[in-house]
Amino acid sequence: MNRWMQGLRELKGYPSAVGGLGIILFLVALSVYTVITIPYSEALDRWRGGEHWQMHPVNAGPVWADRLLGGNLPQTRVVESENAEVREAPFEGGKQVRIPLTFEYDNEGFPSELNLFLNQKGTQQEAFVRLTWHTPSGEAIPLGGQRVSEESRISISQNRALEGRLGMVPHVGLFAGDSDPADPEAERGEYRLTIDAMLFDPTAELEADLAVYGRVHGLAGTDYQRRDLMLALMWGTPVALAFGLLAAVGTTITTLVIAATGVWFRGWVDALIQRLTEVNMILPMLPILVMVGTLYSTSIWLMLGVVIALGIFSAGIKTYRAMLLPIREAPYIEAARAYGAGNARIILRYMIPRILPVLIPTFVTLIPTFVFLEASLAVLGLGDPQLPTWGKVLNDAQEQSALYNGFYYWVVAPAVLLMLTGLGFAMFGFALDRVFNPRLRTQ
Amino acid sequence: MTAEEPLLQATNLHTWFELRQWGFLRVGSVRAVDGVNFELGRGESVAFVGESGCGKSSLARTLLGLHKPTHGDVIFEGEHLSELKGEARRQYLARVGYVQQDPFGALPPFMDVRRLLSEPLIIHGVTDRDERERRIRKVLEEVRLTQVDEILPKFPHMLSGGQQQRVVIARALLLEPAMLIADEPVSMLDASVRVEILNLLRRIQQERELTLAFITHDLSTVRHYADRIFVMYAGRVVEQAPVERLLDNPQHPYTCALLAAIADVDADNALEERAVPDGEPPSLLHPPEGCRFHPRCPQAMAGLCDRQDPPLFEPEAGHYSACWLQDPERG
Ligand SMILES: Nc1ncnc2c1ncn2[C@@H]1O[C@H](COP(=O)(O)OP(=O)(O)OP(=O)(O)O)[C@@H](O)[C@H]1O
Ligand code: SF4
Ligand SMILES: [Mg+2]
Repeated sequence: MNRWMQGLRELKGYPSAVGGLGIILFLVALSVYTVITIPYSEALDRWRGGEHWQMHPVNAGPVWADRLLGGNLPQTRVVESENAEVREAPFEGGKQVRIPLTFEYDNEGFPSELNLFLNQKGTQQEAFVRLTWHTPSGEAIPLGGQRVSEESRISISQNRALEGRLGMVPHVGLFAGDSDPADPEAERGEYRLTIDAMLFDPTAELEADLAVYGRVHGLAGTDYQRRDLMLALMWGTPVALAFGLLAAVGTTITTLVIAATGVWFRGWVDALIQRLTEVNMILPMLPILVMVGTLYSTSIWLMLGVVIALGIFSAGIKTYRAMLLPIREAPYIEAARAYGAGNARIILRYMIPRILPVLIPTFVTLIPTFVFLEASLAVLGLGDPQLPTWGKVLNDAQEQSALYNGFYYWVVAPAVLLMLTGLGFAMFGFALDRVFNPRLRTQ
Repeated sequence: MTAEEPLLQATNLHTWFELRQWGFLRVGSVRAVDGVNFELGRGESVAFVGESGCGKSSLARTLLGLHKPTHGDVIFEGEHLSELKGEARRQYLARVGYVQQDPFGALPPFMDVRRLLSEPLIIHGVTDRDERERRIRKVLEEVRLTQVDEILPKFPHMLSGGQQQRVVIARALLLEPAMLIADEPVSMLDASVRVEILNLLRRIQQERELTLAFITHDLSTVRHYADRIFVMYAGRVVEQAPVERLLDNPQHPYTCALLAAIADVDADNALEERAVPDGEPPSLLHPPEGCRFHPRCPQAMAGLCDRQDPPLFEPEAGHYSACWLQDPERG
């Protein structure tokens, strides 16, 4: 309709509309990108945690933040036996294998963890491995030996005996060279872990991956379960937008139709709607949601349903009623009755369209309030148990005392995204208000 | 009036509005229409006059089926309006067109002309878009909005007052009515277009042989547009007669006062001023005993007018007046 086109053209004159729309479009683009690149089921699956993340560091900060501050903290590196010069020597009933895993270390600080993943193929026989650590200064530190079955993980960091010998946790001690144990400094240069293995089957193969976990990771860092926070931040966007939009649409439309119905029929219909609204207004939304979440399920779709159900008889009815009352008496509605328009037609086609333009800005600014509501629920521990959302990230961060532990990024990133959402919709909504609300325009 | 069956009959019509306090306590009724009887023939044009608040609009709305009569009924083409339900009632609504006072208010501001003229047709089951377009164009030409292509996509606020009222008239004509009810159709228009609109209504009424009932305050021009006049006072028709006879030979003291009021003020003001005789208009909540005009009537007869309600007398053929002065037995 031409009224709408005119309004849109007018919007271009408002910087806040352009800015707000820019933010909204960015969030929408991010949502689309996320949903396409990480399918829903895959996202849920990964967010459950576990093996997928075993090569990720625990509680690592974002790389860019460290680099921006001039830091040079290590990122995770994995040294694979595939690229190493493996030497084999057969013997009666098996073979001896030496795998040197070499890597260059020139970061500040120490790795956060050290794990060796071994994978023996082609046999059921257990193998025996002996590990030796070579520092750049030529020191050789024996890390002990052990039996390994098909797949095993040797947590070098957890080696208590080694820790005792080094006087420091292994992932620090092994890199500290001969610096002061009270204030260790990483020795730079080439490190090597030599694996001497006895395989008791001539056809067996041994693969080894050494994970030197870093202290920074990716754009968003990782959480206590090694999960890349980027996944939740990205997937949180479509979830937040969908929740906000659906809740706003659901409550606005139902509320509007109910308010118009009450105004049109008056009498007991109106009285009933008014009383229901008043009762509903004193029902506290958050505690009810908490109750539903605690007693029943915290599925985001159930929450959406409850939010809409509670929103139907919301305070909006009073506002809309006040706006619709004078419209009820408008001559054009009397004219419509005189040419035979029915009740439903008058409510939907003659009353509601009259106030719709005024409601669009309210509607736009309503979206982020529902986004915040969903986040609040998640922070209270009533987030969807499966979906990665911004609120869930904040909830995890809170449970792990992120700020106390200095994991600021864990809290800041989702908070910034939430604020950005609020800001975008608010800026756009206020501009819309000026365009579509004639009372504001004349001022 | 023709001898054939009347198009519309109002029989003992009452429309009372209940007055409530705090939403439920009944404290009385506003007797906006309080016992009205008349017949309208096919193809005649009648004017209703009377001071503000005497129930003219309420009567019009009752005839349109917008208010349920409290007592009595409207009989249209032999059918009782109160008994019509569903489709039959819709058919009735199509047979009676409505032209309101405020042309801008009468048009939904969010619909363009094409859309708002389509509405009555859609409601009355004209599903074919081309058919609707054809009928809309035809009726727009009939109301002399000849720049049809320019008018159709416009929204009401883009039209002048005169154009708006023509669109309202077009909408009233779309469903091929037998009767038009116009409630002060020109009182909110610029003086320069009033005559045009009145002429347009008169012309359409004559071409289509419609019954036209219009409400007016302007007794000075009513002669040109109406065949008969009904004078209303406090919810009742107190005098009815063919226009010439009523204007030249008014019988009821209230009519005389109305006419005197126009003669008094100069011609310019006569259009604007509401011609009202001295004194307070009567309360419709507690109408005076006896003749409702007696507190203001210069010729009131003590003991009669304040006790007994005068019936309709017929001092000359087709000229009725509800005043004891016209009682043939009064000596
Ligand atoms: N829907 C309603 N509810 C209650 N009272 C009403 C309603 N409509 C009209 N009235 C009352 O009925 C009386 C007659 O009103 P009405 O509008 O019919 O007068 P009118 O003759 O058309 O006056 P005007 O010349 O000012 O248009 C008034 O006292 C008015 O307050
Ligand atoms: S009945 Fe009596 S009071 Fe009423 S108008 Fe006639 S003379 Fe006047
Ligand atoms: Mg009126």
